[in-house]
Amino acid sequence: MSDRTPVLAFRDVNTHYGAVHILKDANIEIYAGEMVCLLGGNASGKTTTLKTILGYVPPTTGHVELDGENVNGWSTAQRVANGVTMVPENRRLFKRMTVRENLEIGAYLRHGEDLSEDYDRVFDLFPRVKERLAQKAGTLSGGEQQMVAMGRALMARPKVLLMDEPSMGLAPKLVAQNFEIIDRINKAGTTVFVVEQNANMALSIADRGYVLQTGRIVLDDTAEALMANPQMREAYLGDI
Amino acid sequence: MSLDPLTRRWGLIGGAIMAFTGAIGMLVSFDERILISPILSLGYLTLLLAPAIAGHMAARGKVSVLEEPEHDVAQGAQKGLVAGLIAGVFAVVFMLAVNPFDLSEFFPNINDRMFDMMTFDFGLGLGSVVLIVASALAGAAGGAIYGLDDEPREGVFRSAIWVILFSLFELVVSDVIEVDAIVDLIYARGGGLHIWSAIIIGVLAWWLGVRYKGRRAELTQMAKDSEAGSRLRWSLIGVAALLVIVLPMLVGGIVNELLINVALFILMGLGLNIVVGLAGLLDLGYVAFFAVGAYGMAVLTSPLSPAFSPELNWWVALPVVMVLAAIAGVLVGTPVIRMRGDYLAIVTLGFGEIVRILILSDWLTPFLGGAQGITRIPGIPLGATSVSGTSPELFIYMTMLLVGVAAYISYRTQESRIGRAWAAMREDEDVAEAIGISTVQAKLLAFVTGAIIASFAGALFSAKVGTVFHNSFDVLVSIIILVVVIVGGMGSIRGVALGALILIGVLGGPKSQGLLGEFAEFKLLIYGAILVYMMLQRPEGLLPSVRRSRELHQEEAAQDAWLDKKGSFIEEPEASV
Repeated sequence: MSDRTPVLAFRDVNTHYGAVHILKDANIEIYAGEMVCLLGGNASGKTTTLKTILGYVPPTTGHVELDGENVNGWSTAQRVANGVTMVPENRRLFKRMTVRENLEIGAYLRHGEDLSEDYDRVFDLFPRVKERLAQKAGTLSGGEQQMVAMGRALMARPKVLLMDEPSMGLAPKLVAQNFEIIDRINKAGTTVFVVEQNANMALSIADRGYVLQTGRIVLDDTAEALMANPQMREAYLGDI
Repeated sequence: MSLDPLTRRWGLIGGAIMAFTGAIGMLVSFDERILISPILSLGYLTLLLAPAIAGHMAARGKVSVLEEPEHDVAQGAQKGLVAGLIAGVFAVVFMLAVNPFDLSEFFPNINDRMFDMMTFDFGLGLGSVVLIVASALAGAAGGAIYGLDDEPREGVFRSAIWVILFSLFELVVSDVIEVDAIVDLIYARGGGLHIWSAIIIGVLAWWLGVRYKGRRAELTQMAKDSEAGSRLRWSLIGVAALLVIVLPMLVGGIVNELLINVALFILMGLGLNIVVGLAGLLDLGYVAFFAVGAYGMAVLTSPLSPAFSPELNWWVALPVVMVLAAIAGVLVGTPVIRMRGDYLAIVTLGFGEIVRILILSDWLTPFLGGAQGITRIPGIPLGATSVSGTSPELFIYMTMLLVGVAAYISYRTQESRIGRAWAAMREDEDVAEAIGISTVQAKLLAFVTGAIIASFAGALFSAKVGTVFHNSFDVLVSIIILVVVIVGGMGSIRGVALGALILIGVLGGPKSQGLLGEFAEFKLLIYGAILVYMMLQRPEGLLPSVRRSRELHQEEAAQDAWLDKKGSFIEEPEASV
């Protein structure tokens, strides 16, 4: 694997909020077509990892690479234009806009392009969304909102889809359904990077996983190996 | 009979309003304006409107969505009577309290004229009784009107409103009619409607309302239908455009002058609307860009510009002024771009004042004339003539031209990609950024567009007045533009126009008089009252944009969603990225 260029990589990344050291020498590599998950408890640095990818938080040392290129100093918009899109935690739709407007604005950086194929893809994955197009996003149920949030992200035609806690705030049945959809998106060719607390669920569909503990990556292995690893369970549970 | 607490409350509120309007001199000064000759002045209308509204509200009682409101004339009149009585007694108690408590120390407007007015010139003894009786009757009338069925109630309101409009806008109406003989038929010599012309207007308003009621329902239906609706819309726009073109020819110089002020505020309102209404950036220093436009034009065109005086033609100078304003937009925008909400408002408030103080500073006085300002600014050259404030009939068309341009810019940006980016940014800045919207760019663009539109207003202002002084650009201007936008309806072009028409045209702007000169002293009080009322009752403004009213009625929508929930709907706390 290592002879290929990763689509997304962290190279010895350290980040700080003021004096507080968050990520400590983080190294992550994600290759095209993979589904990778990042596991960790509260305050382990998961969200900071995503913020670093999108450029909200600059690394103090080390750098983030997209397709082998150092993107430190790139704006968020530039990064999104280069194929990184996030489905934020708690979905955070534009609740006052209609579902259609939400999808439309997801493709903000692709103006002038024909979007009909992308709409079809979203409707294919989420037939429910098509029924709700004219409705305000804020009036949808939690599960439907999650679908629109994923649809909105897909409209950008991302190379890497970042998912922040997709199981947060959803009923268990919907969580399972959600991961099934993430799996389908991945199988259809989009690289997915999921940040999750729900380790079992995430590992059941992921190819590989990283385990983050107080800012340090303590484990890094295939999903099967992690599932079987007693230390992983300990490291993970120890954080909760 | 036990006293309903709501009736008591409204009675006390009504009485407090009567006492307050008297104490601040509003009643006396409004008394000079005669509405219906010789029986009703604006002062007495205000005095009796308070108990009437109190009676109306008391009769309305608690409004419940679940129960059909009761409409009963006798019961309404009874409750209104009590509320009016309480209000009247309150007002009398206030008058009696003046001497023992030396209230005139605090309210210099409490004087004999106020007493004469409030006691209907009957003296304190008999007058008090008369005031209480009048107030109780006004309350009873207000309550009884609430008790009426829908149709007659609307008729009464319609008649009253039209009679008041005709009497308040005597100047405009007689300007439009122009023929003295006809004007004399409607209005008395000393001002105000004749009694019988008031009756005719009232009856006509009622009759026309009933006559065209069905027609109106038909039109509403038509507006819903897409094809006929768009035809209807276009014909409405046509009528409005025709009116806008023809009206200035019909009315005289004073009204045109007023319309110019209105148009200047529509311009600034449209500009601020882009910043506040579309991009969601609360800018309290918007007057800065108006000042840049005005001073820019003054320096470029006036032969008396102190340091640098190219004496350009207005049309040549305009693009230069626009560029200056754009630069100012970037200068103000850049440092505040990372700030949000309240912080942004406070910093921009500061910027607005900084510009005014800079004009006075030693540093810029050699260029801008400091306290002396810049004078002899030429008008707008148009063919062989030069159009300035001395020919308001022509100048109004210049302002309208630029209002049209600004409205077009607003409309286009609203519907464009950047408009959508603004909407997204207004709702959730973090997510907007994660989608790839450059919020820095979007905010700067909003500031720059807003600044350019304000500079239009400034450029027109210079040419109209012929002089610019620093004191035309104080913080009050920023506030009033914001009030225009809020009252009219944030994000709505029609709303801004209506807001400016009502606030600037009728009440008057920060430095100019409105149609109701009597309001001048109490302008800010009325502005404040309107603003509070709007925030409580109609936060989306008079003519809201579709999107805004959707945003403000979000909670109701969420409840609807809950009521017809289909999947699971789990409340989650708002998280931050």
